[in-house]
Amino acid sequence: MRRIYFDYAATTPIDLEVIKTMSQYYTKTFGNPSSIHYFGRKALYGIEKSRQIISSFINAELDEIVFTSGGTESNNYALKGIIYANRNRGNHLITSAIEHHSIIEPCKYLQRQGIKVTYLKVDKYGLVDPQDVKKAITNKTVLISIMYANNEIGVIQPIKEIGRIARDKGVYFHTDAVQSFGHLPTAVDELNVDLLSASSHKLYGPKGVGMLYIRKGMRIMSFMHGGDQENGRRASTYNVPGIVGFGKAVELARDKMGDERRKLTSLRDKLIDGILNNIEQTRLNGHPFTRLPNNVNVSVGSVEGEALVLNLDMEGIACSTGSACTSSSLEPSHVLLALGLSPELAHGSLRFTLGRYTKDEEIDYTLDVLRRIVNKLRSMSPLYKGRG
Amino acid sequence: MQGYSRKVIDHFRNPRNVGEIKEPNGIGRVGNPLCGDVMVLYLKIEKGVIVDIRFKTFGCCAAIATSSMITELVKGKTIDEALKISNQAVTDALGGLPSIKRHCSVLGEQALRAAIRDYHKKATDGIQDDERLNKMKKNKHYKNQYAAQNKKSLNKSIKNQRDSI
Repeated sequence: MRRIYFDYAATTPIDLEVIKTMSQYYTKTFGNPSSIHYFGRKALYGIEKSRQIISSFINAELDEIVFTSGGTESNNYALKGIIYANRNRGNHLITSAIEHHSIIEPCKYLQRQGIKVTYLKVDKYGLVDPQDVKKAITNKTVLISIMYANNEIGVIQPIKEIGRIARDKGVYFHTDAVQSFGHLPTAVDELNVDLLSASSHKLYGPKGVGMLYIRKGMRIMSFMHGGDQENGRRASTYNVPGIVGFGKAVELARDKMGDERRKLTSLRDKLIDGILNNIEQTRLNGHPFTRLPNNVNVSVGSVEGEALVLNLDMEGIACSTGSACTSSSLEPSHVLLALGLSPELAHGSLRFTLGRYTKDEEIDYTLDVLRRIVNKLRSMSPLYKGRG
Repeated sequence: MQGYSRKVIDHFRNPRNVGEIKEPNGIGRVGNPLCGDVMVLYLKIEKGVIVDIRFKTFGCCAAIATSSMITELVKGKTIDEALKISNQAVTDALGGLPSIKRHCSVLGEQALRAAIRDYHKKATDGIQDDERLNKMKKNKHYKNQYAAQNKKSLNKSIKNQRDSI
């Protein structure tokens, strides 16, 4: 069966060039970078080359990059690392209501430890108002963490402005850039961020590797205690092939980013227009323009998301939903609810995320299949009342 | 299709008895769009036997499959037999459901009970004599339906039904 992948925000396939670069680090250059001998030095060279590519990509210094096991670890490290190391400065953290679970859950954990957390509301497009950030800052505020781009609805936050406010007030600013890294410009000095999380498998690199950018001079706790890897901040034997692959993936992303953005934006808008114009009672979630070039998130009235996703899957189309029925919580996506969507519409949400291998004809096929499936499910939905 | 049995997928893909009945004598509407599932069940009962059953469901794969399965299990059964069908029986007939989807199986049972309750309320058919009423009163499943109400109102509602015949 023909299979179409529209879930690049969940993960991406590794680019073959990345695999090629990585493979020798499993076999020939297998040494432990912490070893002083030839094998160790060769492996260390791979790590440092990768560090060099990534730091120059974000305009940072070499020792401002800490390799981690991925986005979740980077986010956990940023929040806990800063909060624990700065308890004498305050006990307040500001974030938004639509962060990824790897921010929300550490925040809840910190709340149980006595930290006060402000979850900023967003507008109907999912945007955080920098003025709200400003108002929320107190003399106890240690850290602000606002994501660069949202994983569900793709909305891009005004990071620069928020960063400027944070800097003015002397508060640390972290951004979860997992979804945008390698897809949007990410120069840390322009974004005014002090910490930035990224993950390799969202940009055609291997899974299980990511990084946290930590601006020089930050007071931050060590995340893993053990060996002296990453200046003692993150002990654990280096995931050499992973880190090397991450570096290669960033290199490719750097070179392809401009063209890819243009191509994806036009495919994205074709899919959005196709859905909104051809299927009644649908709406776009997120911002029409200030959104990731590859993100489409729509709500389809009177049908449930999981039923849509499984029906599409049976036709060879892979996408995702913010409906509750894919999780054990039974509550629909916190992001969609934060936009003010009714639970019914939140349950009927569909996310298509496009990528490097998406073809124009796949959009046509999907529009065709989707319309058919929506009709089928609506014909059995007690909530559906057709127009006229 | 993580954790869904072949049977579930089959009923999800080709749901049985979808739609409405023109002149139903029992309708049950349960669930809530807030929770992501709503089911409406239509019954046609003749001489105490469910001769036709249709459903419409807004919900996930498990909700749709459960709805479809309960209509298959119930069709052609007497009311008493139908009331004995539990959500577990529906789940079993589907070859099981993933644990986080168990709650979906309740939807079918609830809709069926609500529809039969509606049927009794309408009292257009079925309640023929005191013997049947008494039997109904003693019926465990029927009683459960009125768990929320107290005994007094149960007796009252049965009396009302009797009076209306």
